[in-house]
Amino acid sequence: MNPDLAQMFAYFLVFIILVFICGLYCLLASFNLIRILIGVEILIKAATLLIILAGYICGASSLAQSIVVTLIVVEIVFMVVAGGIALWAFRHNKTIDPRELSDLKG
Amino acid sequence: MIIDLILLSALLLAVLWTVMTVRLLRSVLGLALTSVILSVLIYRLNSPWAAVFELSVCAGLIPVFFITAVSFTRPISNTGLPAARKERSIRFWYLPFIVIGVGLLLSVYLKTPGFDLPGAVNGADVRVMLWNLRRLDLLGQLLILLAGAFGVVVLFKETKE
Repeated sequence: MNPDLAQMFAYFLVFIILVFICGLYCLLASFNLIRILIGVEILIKAATLLIILAGYICGASSLAQSIVVTLIVVEIVFMVVAGGIALWAFRHNKTIDPRELSDLKG
Repeated sequence: MIIDLILLSALLLAVLWTVMTVRLLRSVLGLALTSVILSVLIYRLNSPWAAVFELSVCAGLIPVFFITAVSFTRPISNTGLPAARKERSIRFWYLPFIVIGVGLLLSVYLKTPGFDLPGAVNGADVRVMLWNLRRLDLLGQLLILLAGAFGVVVLFKETKE
């Protein structure tokens, strides 16, 4: 691999891993369903940047872009459905704290 | 490369602000800011189509959806804010140290990566790639959109008394 590209890949990879850690921490340490969704969103952003970076380094940007477009569609559907579940939980239990959502009847 | 590093640092700061801020609305705004910076980075990595999608959908549509969801829920009252801030700072004060520590560690170990990436797979245009070579992906996207729409309809359907 071209040394410049290798160095660029290394720099980007460090930041991608750090963003991923922030998303994972948000996912694990939050007790709010909407904040948990924000954590998932941050994880997806790290994955998006990694896919685009890999496409750029390998010279396959078109393939990476088509995969990212698919990823964004999946992401938005996931967010809408998961947000709908959070609102449904709030409507029925008056809370979006997952520790208090112990009633799964209905 | 300097501009990329500045953008990457801004991305990390925006993510940290998104995760650590107490108010949910500010957190959503931080997420939108993260998406804007990410779309600039994606554009610089020679992927304009993905950058446009990221900017319009992830920086535009998803924050609107989150703000709508936040407006339906009960906000923190001004009296409860100091307690929430204290509880949150106890849970999240490790994060900047973890980020700095892991960042320093990785920057030492990944200075000269000992791995190689394969060469170009296909140099086709993104439109050819999306509409001709990966046509099944589009079918999958349609099915996922339909599944999501049905999911929301099922979640919010009115029950008959």
